[in-house]
Amino acid sequence: MSDTTTNTAEKLTTSDGKPLKASLAKALRRQKMRALLLIAPLLLFVLISFAAPIVDMLFRSVQNEIVPETLPRTVTVLESWDESSGEIPSDVVFSALRDDLVIAAERKRHTRLGSRLNYEMTGMSSLFRKTGRRVDDFGEIFTEQFENLNEAWVEPATWVSLMASEDWVAAQSKWAAAGDDAVPQPAFVLSEAAKQALPRTADIYSGFADVIRTEDGDSPTQEEPWNPVYAALYDDLIENPDAASSYSGAMAELLLTAAEAVPSFEALTAREEFIDADEDWGSLAVWQTLDRYSGRYTDGYYLAALDAQRTADGIEMVPEGQRIYLLLFMRTLILSVVITCSCLLLGYPVAFLLSHLPLRSANLLMILVLLPFWTSLLVRTSAWKVLLQQQGVINDMLVFIGLVSDDGRLALINNATGTVIAMTHILLPFMILPLYSVMKTISPTYVRAAKSLGATDWTAFWRIYFRSLCRGSARVLFWSSSCRSATTSRPNLSAVPPVSSSRTGSPTTSRVP
Amino acid sequence: MKTKSIILALAASLATSTAAYAEEMTIVSWGGAYQASQKSAYTDPYMEMNPDIEVVWDRSSNEAVAKLRAMNEAGNVTWDLVDVVAADAMRLCDEGLAMEYDPDEMLAPAPDGTPASEDFGDLIVSDCFIPQIVYSTTAAYRPDLLPEGAPAPESICAMFDTETYPGKRALEKRPINNVEWALICDGVAKEDVYDVLETEEGQDRAFAKLDTIKDDVIWWSAAAEPPQLLADGEIVMGSSYNGRWFSAIVEENQPFKMLWDAQVFDLDGWIIPAGLPEDRLAMVKDFVKYATDTQRLADQAAYISYGPARNSSAPLVGKHAELGVDMGPHMPTAPENSKNVFVYNYEWWADYRDDLDAKFQAWLVQ
Amino acid sequence: MAQLPPYMTTPQRVWYYGFRVICGLIFFFLIFPIMVIIPLSFNATDFFTFTPEMLAFDPAGYSFKHYHDFFTNPDWQQALRNSVMIAPAATLLATSFGTLAAIGLSQSHVPYRGAIMAILISPMIVPLIISAAGMYFFYSRIGIQGTYWGVVLAHAVLGTPFVIITVTATLVGFDQSLERAAASLGANPVTTFFKVQMPLILPGVISGALFAFITSFDEVVVVLFVGSASQKTLPWQMFTGLREQISPTILAVASILVTLSVILLTVLELMRRRSEKQRGLTPG
Repeated sequence: MSDTTTNTAEKLTTSDGKPLKASLAKALRRQKMRALLLIAPLLLFVLISFAAPIVDMLFRSVQNEIVPETLPRTVTVLESWDESSGEIPSDVVFSALRDDLVIAAERKRHTRLGSRLNYEMTGMSSLFRKTGRRVDDFGEIFTEQFENLNEAWVEPATWVSLMASEDWVAAQSKWAAAGDDAVPQPAFVLSEAAKQALPRTADIYSGFADVIRTEDGDSPTQEEPWNPVYAALYDDLIENPDAASSYSGAMAELLLTAAEAVPSFEALTAREEFIDADEDWGSLAVWQTLDRYSGRYTDGYYLAALDAQRTADGIEMVPEGQRIYLLLFMRTLILSVVITCSCLLLGYPVAFLLSHLPLRSANLLMILVLLPFWTSLLVRTSAWKVLLQQQGVINDMLVFIGLVSDDGRLALINNATGTVIAMTHILLPFMILPLYSVMKTISPTYVRAAKSLGATDWTAFWRIYFRSLCRGSARVLFWSSSCRSATTSRPNLSAVPPVSSSRTGSPTTSRVP
Repeated sequence: MKTKSIILALAASLATSTAAYAEEMTIVSWGGAYQASQKSAYTDPYMEMNPDIEVVWDRSSNEAVAKLRAMNEAGNVTWDLVDVVAADAMRLCDEGLAMEYDPDEMLAPAPDGTPASEDFGDLIVSDCFIPQIVYSTTAAYRPDLLPEGAPAPESICAMFDTETYPGKRALEKRPINNVEWALICDGVAKEDVYDVLETEEGQDRAFAKLDTIKDDVIWWSAAAEPPQLLADGEIVMGSSYNGRWFSAIVEENQPFKMLWDAQVFDLDGWIIPAGLPEDRLAMVKDFVKYATDTQRLADQAAYISYGPARNSSAPLVGKHAELGVDMGPHMPTAPENSKNVFVYNYEWWADYRDDLDAKFQAWLVQ
Repeated sequence: MAQLPPYMTTPQRVWYYGFRVICGLIFFFLIFPIMVIIPLSFNATDFFTFTPEMLAFDPAGYSFKHYHDFFTNPDWQQALRNSVMIAPAATLLATSFGTLAAIGLSQSHVPYRGAIMAILISPMIVPLIISAAGMYFFYSRIGIQGTYWGVVLAHAVLGTPFVIITVTATLVGFDQSLERAAASLGANPVTTFFKVQMPLILPGVISGALFAFITSFDEVVVVLFVGSASQKTLPWQMFTGLREQISPTILAVASILVTLSVILLTVLELMRRRSEKQRGLTPG
């Protein structure tokens, strides 16, 4: 007890009696708060208008929802297929794909799916487009046979009473009677009996009813179902011959006769129809691609950026002839190094001269550096175009003074030479300005002192000038390299496209899912 | 003096206030001589009739598909009317990015009452496509740059003949037309080209043929580049749209010669992006009805040598608006020019564009 | 300049002049492309090449038509108007936020300084095309893609790193005791900021602002994504001009901008000399 009192008494206190330690801590906290408060507006600003978009973009780069959302049925049944089996999937998968694809084609989603999968395997886009155009004919053979059996099968009303729940029928007729366009049509509801007895038909029919309602603004009571609906009905009746007798709803009679007739129907499997539409559907590779990219998330884009792909044996490089990105990364890297070196080579003497000239002349010469700096990049690019082309100013001069013959004009543009020259010109001010500001701070007396102490020119330069320069030049390199990366995306004179502009169109917009 | 300045001030304030209420309509087109012809023939007179509408031009037609895909993805379509080639219109229509329309309801009938669907005939190649012009992609060269004693090129295969015609040539930076020409010059009959191209081997064959001139090609992505390159003497021959060559030859007096052989006919026209809000849609529809009527289409042909898409416009095509040159002989459809025409298959390209684009890009980089 | 120390050896003299010749050539390299533009902008044809008439100094080879086009063409006028409206707003935003944050960052105790700095500088490091695409989708989602403010925000955020870097650099040499002195003399923090700190860091703020301004004024990638046709700026117009329709109007615009820059830079230099004289300093 007494110990503590003495300790407290010995503690330093501020004038208001608070312990110094606490008081200092409080002051420090206040200082920290103040600093953070000053930073907060910008931090928030950058987080919202810059960091959030980048994070959003990173998230997009792994998203693959388009596949499971466009082909929900196929993706589910494909799970049980073993891609290493060496066989293309069974008829069940093809029937599921037919149902998915007919809905997707009506909603015009299949082409986007094709474009998405085309990144993984060229040929997918045309495959989906071509098949999408024909998929509504799949099952036509069944439609005709059902119609021959009984005309009622092509009546929309037959299907509605076969499939729809009574509540929906009531709601629908009420809606139709009101005739008010502002009120939305009631969403289609299947009857329990249909779901029980004819699961596949019910599934595709409700998909049909949805599309008719949302895409066309029509009612299923007015429209004859698509051919694939008939194919699904055939499948249901063949698979489960007792389905018809277990069905208790309206149209039971009609269904019963159909169930009796279907075994003698002329049949065509979904698989046959797909392969007939495009033989690529019989190719294992197509199905492997579809299977591999059926998840909600994908690393496909990242692999593609490294010229790799997923195969049955894990991750592999794509065939030689299709590799683009690694090559482009390499070229960009080499160009960057060359350009940085040439900027350093040209920038150093100028910065040195400027920093050692009297201020008045240095400022005048500085205008020569600042002027290109202020001039629009696009303008400088076009100026170089004028200068460098084969019939351009530089070649003209070279021919005039006889350095090259008129037939042997140099190719300075649309190649790496043109890129290096123009980019060096564009980035040189970014090298000179910071170098100059660093050199200004290195007092010439240091070098003189070193020399008077017996250092040679080289030692003085290396040990004194260069080292001081290095301390400041991290910033220089940082600037020029960041500007280099920023500028690659600009239109340039190169036939060698930098990574960021390698695709036709705007690369990121077409590649990001 | 004082009253005058007051009136001026009033007029100025009125002008700014109307400008503030003006409806903006963003029209996407190709820039250059072509956009200028649309401006003179369609939008200038239209804006005169509708002073409260202000047309904003966006020259993004050559990347319209990628941009519309992105806009749709982002859920923010900022364009009102887009000028695209037929194959792109088909693709956009397939993808649900362009609006389907009824020609007879939306477009004006011909002056003699023929409904629009008949007047345009089979040029309406897609449910979303509102045709404007027939143009062709064709080659041109500069006789003064040909080597001494070389015969004037008469066939498109001169493009692939670097022995007789050394020097650079300009080709469009996309597979369309180039692979067809490559196959024709590799000995494939015109009518078999697309059958051959449909196979892997056929595509490889086309690229192998292009390989032989790869080092001599400058790839262009804007149609204005080849005339510029040819004027500069950077190339000896190149491909571009016939209207661009026309402006260089006739309006700019450049010493170019057309090489009409194996010219590829194509269509260009409008599409309306899908999902426009009602008010904007109404505005666009009104403009389209005006801009695609018989007179307007014929007017456009007075500024650029593209054939109007309506049958009823053809007799109205006359002379160049400023130079008074007869436009007829400069049209790609003139009998002189269309001795050997290659028929372009839109549908095939709508299907295979993504595939071949990817292959072409990889081939370019190799 | 002409007075070389008499003790210099011949190699030293050769080096001295040789070095200047090399620098002269580099200056020539820097300035030549810009100078070439100016005669070309008076080209009478629609191609930007020196025509034989121009090389023969035939007056028929020259014309003002591209300047006329710039001043009468509504496309160019709209682009000019947009540039002039967007760049100052972006500069103002970037400079005020950036200066505050730089002051905050240069306090002696800042938690997570490294991480914060990295985030604030990131707009300069991430390749523009990536930022642009990211902003496109995000801004569309929150409904500011294709609006004036969307472009201003995007440009401001790109400009802030420059402001931070320049202002932090000037603050490194700032003597914190001045602040305390002001406070002890009864100045409140706001007064201290404007009367003591601001005048001292003003050069940094101004050069940061200039960088931010030029970033916005010369930026084409982000505006192509974030803007729509009604926000098209001068670089946008030039970019599409270069791509779609190679018109020498671009060169006329460039010549005007170059001339403006020369005038601006000269005026700045003259003002600096005058103020030096007034302050009784002899120039360097």
